[in-house]
Amino acid sequence: MITDAAFIAFAVLGIVTLGATLGAVAMRDPVHCGLALALAFCGVGGFYILLGAEFLGFIQLLVYVGAVAVLIMFVILLTRRPDSGQDTNSRGFWSALAGSGVALGVFAVLAVAISRSPSIQTATPADPEASIAAIGRMLVSSHLLPLKMIGVLLTVALIGGVLGAMQEGGKLER
Amino acid sequence: MIRKAEDSECPQPGTCSPARAAVEDRCLAGIGSSRVYPARRSLPQREESRLGGMRQGMLVGTVVLVLLAAAAVLYTIAPESLTAVAWDAMRNPDQAPVLLKHGFLDYLATAWGLSPTAIEHVSIQITISSLLAFFCLLFALTSLVERKVFARIQNRYGPNRVGPWGLFQPIADGIKMLTKEDIVPRNADKVVHLLAPVVMLVPALIVLAILPYGPGMVPIELEVGILLFFALGAVTEVAVFMAGWGSSNKYSLLGAMRAIAQMISYEMPLILAAIAVVMMTGSLSPVAIVESQEGYSMGFVPDWFVLTPWGIVGFIIFFIAAQAESNRSPFDLPEGESELVAGHLTEYSGFKYAVFFMAEYIGLFAISGLAATLFLGGWHAPLPVLDFIPGYVWFIVKLYALVLLAIWIRGTVPRIRGDQLMGFAWKFMTPMGFATIAAAATWHYAGPGPVGWLIAGALVLIPFLLLSRVFSTRYPVRTYRYSER
Repeated sequence: MITDAAFIAFAVLGIVTLGATLGAVAMRDPVHCGLALALAFCGVGGFYILLGAEFLGFIQLLVYVGAVAVLIMFVILLTRRPDSGQDTNSRGFWSALAGSGVALGVFAVLAVAISRSPSIQTATPADPEASIAAIGRMLVSSHLLPLKMIGVLLTVALIGGVLGAMQEGGKLER
Repeated sequence: MIRKAEDSECPQPGTCSPARAAVEDRCLAGIGSSRVYPARRSLPQREESRLGGMRQGMLVGTVVLVLLAAAAVLYTIAPESLTAVAWDAMRNPDQAPVLLKHGFLDYLATAWGLSPTAIEHVSIQITISSLLAFFCLLFALTSLVERKVFARIQNRYGPNRVGPWGLFQPIADGIKMLTKEDIVPRNADKVVHLLAPVVMLVPALIVLAILPYGPGMVPIELEVGILLFFALGAVTEVAVFMAGWGSSNKYSLLGAMRAIAQMISYEMPLILAAIAVVMMTGSLSPVAIVESQEGYSMGFVPDWFVLTPWGIVGFIIFFIAAQAESNRSPFDLPEGESELVAGHLTEYSGFKYAVFFMAEYIGLFAISGLAATLFLGGWHAPLPVLDFIPGYVWFIVKLYALVLLAIWIRGTVPRIRGDQLMGFAWKFMTPMGFATIAAAATWHYAGPGPVGWLIAGALVLIPFLLLSRVFSTRYPVRTYRYSER
């Protein structure tokens, strides 16, 4: 019964996520695309939760839906030209070809990387220890340097943002 | 000046309301101080009010009698096993809801022969419907209480026409909302406009599931419950955006952008204050956080986090940020009616508006419940003597006390300006959040002794004094020429 429920959940989540992703690519209005992308992020978060990685799932919701999707929509809104009606997705042949090429390339790289990963070589990979305490310990021990680098990067981005918002005289714009 | 005030109090004898008349009487008789204001209690009382009180008393009595009779009838017709369950629950009130539910499920399994899966489904349904029923009733009650409290603060009556003490006002409001015409602007993005209230309400309802209402009474016991709360809180921002953009109205869009900017800014101190608690407990699970606040030091002071130097600061930060997150005054710029009509709610009417309204209140309940869980000891009693009162009662009392505090603040504090709002979040609340984390870390190592109090207290007090000095607006203190106080 549990597997049945899990299967139904998987099917529903899969249909929603795939549909939303397709919508994000194919819809005409950019804001609709952004909203569909947010829904797709939610679906991916749902997959993580379904796989027992609740921490990752909620972080996905918090970061991608709460920050990235909102940011995307803000960018669409603020950069839209006032004489709207023209701001639909471009449908040129070459842009479609380039997009498909990039997508295929990313897929190929990911597929090769996953098939060569040691955890997939064994028939049934061991359940990874996914408790938050373990994740936290790994972050501050073996992954300390990347964590610090991300911190520095974000700080630089923040300072850059503030500097960008400043006027020439060094005064903050009101 | 005083002479003048008195004159305006007594315009023309015998021409005004009873309250005025009372003032006049006192003025004419020359008693009382130089300034006579009608006391709050002496608002005009109608002659029939005493009769009305009797009628209300009779109504309440009838309701109680009917309930008792219904209980007696249920007791006689219910099967033996169920009445035994009810007695069990009466003997152990602390676990009464759990015992009742499990007794009922056992009864279903034995008498009706339901399969374990079916029992599980029924169990989930019982939990969900009782949560929904409770919080929707609480919402109805609060919508009335808020108006009543406001009215008292503003020296008027508030709703008092529908039912005794205006108690049926929420029902009247609900009927009005349901029967109103649903107006959608012609240019609106119909789908987004329709979905926004749904996307708003669903996260607010889901987060109710992680709150620990009492010992053993958590709808979903999650290891990362606190994280779920904040993750779903982030989804609300998308809903606000959808409402603002879908209405295709400039006030809606401006209000939504203000709301989202405000929510993003105040999420930072909110999460920082929660992180201090998570650090101390070493767990993201709400149950573990409540359990770590058990016990009393010196026999009567509860070991709640709010009674530590970092905890009190964290609690205040959390509470202020919670007000901003739920867009309540003094942070209600997104709905500032004098400039933006109603912000992102401008183009909503009828039941969609009601859903938004409900989502806002349920979000307020949820975040108050989380504040009670994180800082106020959740289901624990404030004194060992009061331990006999069930835990869920304490939890709801704490939750509602915070809601009442929010109503009080909303009725008292004026709306702040946009730049003040952002400056307060980024220049004051966020650094104070970091100070709270530092204080919590030292508290963890120094322990809850005088040394801990000294170091942790200094770690929150010094940043507070520094920040308030550096970012002070340096406006002169406003003096009021025509009012002595």
